[in-house]
Amino acid sequence: MSFLLLIEQILNGLQSGVMLFLMSAGLTLIFGVMGLINLAHGSLYMVGAFAAAAVAAATGSFTLALIAALAAAALAGVLVEIVVIRRLYARDHLDQVLATFALILIFSEGTRWLFGSFPLYLDVPRALSGPVHLPGGIAYPAYRLAIIGIGFAVAAALFLLIAKTRVGMRIRAGESDREMIGALGVNISVLYTAVFALGAGLAGFAGALVGAIQSVQVGMGEPVLILAFVTIVIGGIGSIRGAFVGALLVGLTDTLGRVLLPVAFGTFMDPSAATSIGAALSSMSIYILMAGVLLFKPTGLYGSA
Amino acid sequence: MTEPLLHIDGICKSFGALKASDNVTLDLYPGEIHALIGPNGAGKSTLIAQIAGSLVPDAGRVFLEGRDVTATDTVARARAGLGRTFQISSLAMEDTVLQNAVLGALGARQKRLGLFARVMQDQALRDTAMEGLRQVGLDEFAALRTADLSHGQRRQLEVAVALTLNPHVFLMDEPMAGLGGEGSALLVTFLQQLKTRAPILLVEHDMDAVFQLADRISVLVYGRIIATGAPDEIRTNPEVREAYLGEVDDEEGGG
Amino acid sequence: MGRREFLINTVLALGLLVVPLWAHVNDQPYIITLTTKVAILALAGVGLNLALGLGGLVSLGHAMFFGIGGYAAGILASHAQSYAPLMEWPFTVEGTQSMPVIWMVALFASALAALVTGALSLRTSGVYFIMITLAFGQMFFYFTISWPAYGGEDGLSIYVRDHFPGLNTLVPIQFFAITYVLLGIALFVVARIARSGFGLALNAARQNETRVRAVGIEPYRLRLAAFVISGTITGLAGALFADLNRFVSPTMFSWQTSGEIMVFVILGGVARLFGPVAGAALFILLEEVLGGLSDYWHIYLGVLLLVVVLFARGGLIGLLAGEGKGDD
Repeated sequence: MSFLLLIEQILNGLQSGVMLFLMSAGLTLIFGVMGLINLAHGSLYMVGAFAAAAVAAATGSFTLALIAALAAAALAGVLVEIVVIRRLYARDHLDQVLATFALILIFSEGTRWLFGSFPLYLDVPRALSGPVHLPGGIAYPAYRLAIIGIGFAVAAALFLLIAKTRVGMRIRAGESDREMIGALGVNISVLYTAVFALGAGLAGFAGALVGAIQSVQVGMGEPVLILAFVTIVIGGIGSIRGAFVGALLVGLTDTLGRVLLPVAFGTFMDPSAATSIGAALSSMSIYILMAGVLLFKPTGLYGSA
Repeated sequence: MTEPLLHIDGICKSFGALKASDNVTLDLYPGEIHALIGPNGAGKSTLIAQIAGSLVPDAGRVFLEGRDVTATDTVARARAGLGRTFQISSLAMEDTVLQNAVLGALGARQKRLGLFARVMQDQALRDTAMEGLRQVGLDEFAALRTADLSHGQRRQLEVAVALTLNPHVFLMDEPMAGLGGEGSALLVTFLQQLKTRAPILLVEHDMDAVFQLADRISVLVYGRIIATGAPDEIRTNPEVREAYLGEVDDEEGGG
Repeated sequence: MGRREFLINTVLALGLLVVPLWAHVNDQPYIITLTTKVAILALAGVGLNLALGLGGLVSLGHAMFFGIGGYAAGILASHAQSYAPLMEWPFTVEGTQSMPVIWMVALFASALAALVTGALSLRTSGVYFIMITLAFGQMFFYFTISWPAYGGEDGLSIYVRDHFPGLNTLVPIQFFAITYVLLGIALFVVARIARSGFGLALNAARQNETRVRAVGIEPYRLRLAAFVISGTITGLAGALFADLNRFVSPTMFSWQTSGEIMVFVILGGVARLFGPVAGAALFILLEEVLGGLSDYWHIYLGVLLLVVVLFARGGLIGLLAGEGKGDD
């Protein structure tokens, strides 16, 4: 295992981690402020990717595609919040799970009906399609580096929003005492819709960015959704910081595990057995990480009971 | 000198810089009603939680019938003989009155819960449950859904379930809250009879009831017990009057 | 249980018997297979309903047990078919194609998995519990995909259906009879549990955990026991499913499968004894009828589910039976 390869994998881990953060931040905000568990978040990710692919195919502009992704996902979020989600705030978690699961069915089949079952392709913008030469002789795809940069930038912006702005203050207040901010005159409905739309927009944005490196297809959102759940469980539900730390942890564990575990097993097993056992274990590594965290901190690293 | 059935010794609990319980020591002797009063924010709820076992004290010990139960949780203390009623009625709302009472009888039996026998047809459990209901006057309502009971009746049910446990000590958190004049009077009479079965540590805001019922009163202010004694002593204690200045005079009788 | 609910249950039980018998007489084996599918999925739902309806445990990973039961059957059968033992050290374990043995293994394996995952998951509550059960299900899913020995993503085939002493399991009506009897036994067991002291305490813990603790009963133990029994029943359904299709694949572990099992239970009526039966029947009916009309019938399923959750929480049986669940 060469050092260069390791650095490359660490960068890959960071890249998948920041994208996971965009998903997780939305999820954890929605849960923290509204107390709602939202299984349809993966669908919003998918909507963003499809919107980006459609717009990119029509206009050839990646920038327009990204904007379309953000807008489409946020819009879908607003629509869904007004029609379905707001009836669920007062319900128990089972109802929320079932209703948002129903939304997954509707979104997935709806998308399949509109776009067909075959994956769409979103091309990486030409300006970023080459490698970047990093110190040490590593040639790393420019696009992935850009994603890491964008991801950290969004994280910083989100932290600033929550910590320094009035909207952020309302969000934080909403997290600690829902009834109180209503009594203080903050328009809860609008706040909730806005938070949901923010989460949706982040998810759609992530979907579009990742759509260029993987394919854009129905059902692409759910595996990421489940990873996002693992992330916020590890990080602590309701905590953005927890989502950030958790996402990076999960991203790195997943990527590095996939690469390092077969190598580790290869030291005392024959290559084919090592690869299969390594691959099998690495796919479980994140869940083992989650189980480990929960054993010591049942409410996650930064969560409160 | 009789041993106290409940002995709280030097309980301390802080939340950051806030001292919710400051070296609290209390006793509950057989046959008495010991009332715990104090202004809002004095730390009564925190203290109750530590006595009941849902909160672990930073320092100090809790003894139930001479046994150190500090390290045990609410389930263990219930099995050790601590009966509780809650400030906000804590019942299985979808179940019937009888089902709640049978649950108590089931817990009291402290044996393995059956997996196949029909529990509601177990005569011994039904008898114990009905006996508890009879003592609070709820036996006619046995088949009613708990959610359909009035507030006062739910209070009664809480007491009935606690009775089925045959506890050695009662911990009651504001049982008068929300009861009208008639309900309070009935409960006062009931508690006066109850104390002969098992002593009661009573947290209450209703001063009329407190002075009618209590054999001894402890006053909790800012986490500290500032006075313990007979009602008359407490009534005339200058420190207590100062802590409650304005509160006793404004107090509407009966709640 | 109210009189109306009892009547509905009887109708469902009889209907589930009459339909395949009619199909047998009229030589419509496909309908028998469909009804068998209903019975098996209902069994999976009966398992989940114990944890979900009675215990209030929202387990989004129940497919884990379905898959374990299925793979127990698949693995044992495939070793028997290839005459290769499962292991040779420290003692030889051969494959088998005997249903009773397979069921024992499936029950044991699911129970063990439920004990381990339940012990960990039940230390959390609320949303954490939902997510951790989902995650455990996924863990098994990904593991099965990447474990090449048993087909990986492609799954595992059972060439000849496993046998049951005294019956010819290849005859659809006879295999149906097996599943019907097992479903009946499971319903009986769950009904007795619901009326037992354990059931009373578990149900009370769902409504108010503090109340149960205050009478000296530990909710964690109740829930763990319920989770284990629940997983075991769903595991048995998985083993039967493997024999129905003569095929097992990692999809049996997927979150979609977990979701679908929960959907049957909700559609039929959560916490109702025959809820899973009604729900499974409704689901298969929709799949056949609507699925024939449109490739995208899942949209309608989604809308139906949404309507039920928002406006008709008691599901089909709740709608028909109306009144409360009644005291004993």
